[in-house]
Amino acid sequence: MTFDWYPLWNSLRIAAISCVLVFFLGIFFAYYAARLPRAVKGVLDVFLTLPMVLPPTVCGYFLLLIFGVKRPLGIFLLQFGIKFVMTWYGGVLAASVVAFPLMYRTARGAFESFDRTLAYSGQTLGLSNTYIFWRIRMPACRQGILAGTVLAFARALGEYGATSMLIGYTPGRTATISTTVYQLWRTNDEKGAMFWVLINLAISTVVLLTVNMLEARQKKAVKA
Amino acid sequence: MSLIVDIHRALGAFTLDVSFKAENGVTCLLGASGCGKSFTLKCIAGIEKPDSGHIELDGVVLYDSEKHINLPPQKRQVGYLFQNYALFPNMTVRQNILCGLHREKNRAEKERKLGEMMKLMQLEGLENHRPAQLSGGQQQRVALARIMVNEPRMLMLDEPFSALDAHLRDSLKIELRDMLHRFGHEVLMVTHSREEAYNMSSRIAVMDRGKLLTIKDTKDLFADPGSVPAAVLTGCKNIATARKSGDHEVEVPDWGIRFQTSQKVREGLTAIGIRAHYFNTQTQQNRFPVVYVEEMEEPFEVILQFRYAGQRPDCPPVWWRLSKEKRPREFPEMLGIAPANILLLYE
Repeated sequence: MTFDWYPLWNSLRIAAISCVLVFFLGIFFAYYAARLPRAVKGVLDVFLTLPMVLPPTVCGYFLLLIFGVKRPLGIFLLQFGIKFVMTWYGGVLAASVVAFPLMYRTARGAFESFDRTLAYSGQTLGLSNTYIFWRIRMPACRQGILAGTVLAFARALGEYGATSMLIGYTPGRTATISTTVYQLWRTNDEKGAMFWVLINLAISTVVLLTVNMLEARQKKAVKA
Repeated sequence: MSLIVDIHRALGAFTLDVSFKAENGVTCLLGASGCGKSFTLKCIAGIEKPDSGHIELDGVVLYDSEKHINLPPQKRQVGYLFQNYALFPNMTVRQNILCGLHREKNRAEKERKLGEMMKLMQLEGLENHRPAQLSGGQQQRVALARIMVNEPRMLMLDEPFSALDAHLRDSLKIELRDMLHRFGHEVLMVTHSREEAYNMSSRIAVMDRGKLLTIKDTKDLFADPGSVPAAVLTGCKNIATARKSGDHEVEVPDWGIRFQTSQKVREGLTAIGIRAHYFNTQTQQNRFPVVYVEEMEEPFEVILQFRYAGQRPDCPPVWWRLSKEKRPREFPEMLGIAPANILLLYE
């Protein structure tokens, strides 16, 4: 019997796609939230950060409430063949919702500490706002944005609660590393559980090492 | 070549009402911190928006609330040197200056202009340095180079020396002054330092809590500030409330004396100012008995504080500043002041 690597592939796929989604959404909301009037910003901020403080199972519950196949939106989406319940891309939705606040908050912190005179001087030199955003603001906020991306990736990779609520555990279809660990442990396959735990540890270690390396290189570049 | 500014905006504690016209040359906006100087610059640059008003540069309307014109900063072609120079930290000196050359599409021409400016600003050899590796003076030159290659139609400087060490400041002042006079367009500079204003500008606009009080040629302003805030900003240490008591005479109740003035006193006089340097033991006019209070030594000068014999006890002592060599051995019993040195300050 060949070993089932599906959970690894599925987890990486879900984490990678949600990481990209959350990267753009987080930056988008962080950038626009920083310019909103204080009251609106406060309300939006609470709403966007909620998934971080709610138990993931509660997030999963809400997702089921919204996207369940018997709910209006779920029924509507089903007409286009889109079903978030019990599908692997439902896992992307769950992981994105839970990981979003990490990206949003770190990116917002980075944008808020950005020296606005840099953007102003770019404008008075006639540089376009798009250029200023991608070539001046983003590089200046690189540290925070990188940190947010890594946190979001790690969170998406390790997502369990909302994922298990929304997409459950079906070997070869919706299984991820974290749901597999639970399932194997529950069925007394301690060796199998340990194997996936080690895989998870290895991925997380590689991610963190990469971040440290990037940061070190950046510091070196600034000093040189 | 001219700049017309007439802007209004509610700004928290006060309202900004600034209206002036400036032509070629260096004009300083002089005022205490938080009086709205920098905000005025930002409105001209298009970074901030006034509530209402009109801004026009060389006949081009940059902002007009009635005509609903508000050009974005990108279209105003106004050079702005920020207090911290605002160099892009992720770019090298070369890349920073190239940002100012983004309109030049011809590659060869771009390189030529870059090289020319690097040479002019004495930045050769620093092409690949990052801003963090430069000294304050070098950073200022890079920022200016980046603005100059962009060929702005006017230049604005916001406290250009505040980020520099004191010893660097003086040598850079001379460099910058010469450069600004060569620039050939309108230059607006914001400062709270009267020395900088005096060194750099041909004209000074005095601002106080959002209002532009006077705009005068630099030397005229120091000779005759005309109002209490302008007198304070130009460094006048002795200011006392006064009232007109004759065509060439003012009464200062706090000091219990009357001064003869050489200028004719107009109605509406509220105070007089006397610069600390102008008291004299020899002068026979406006000569009154004085009492020594205390002194403070400076590197090359000394400040002697005294009171007039009839001075009210609750009003502060008067400052007399003179160079150390000229200091009398005994504190004089009488001090005089030339009538021309009584500054008449109006509402």
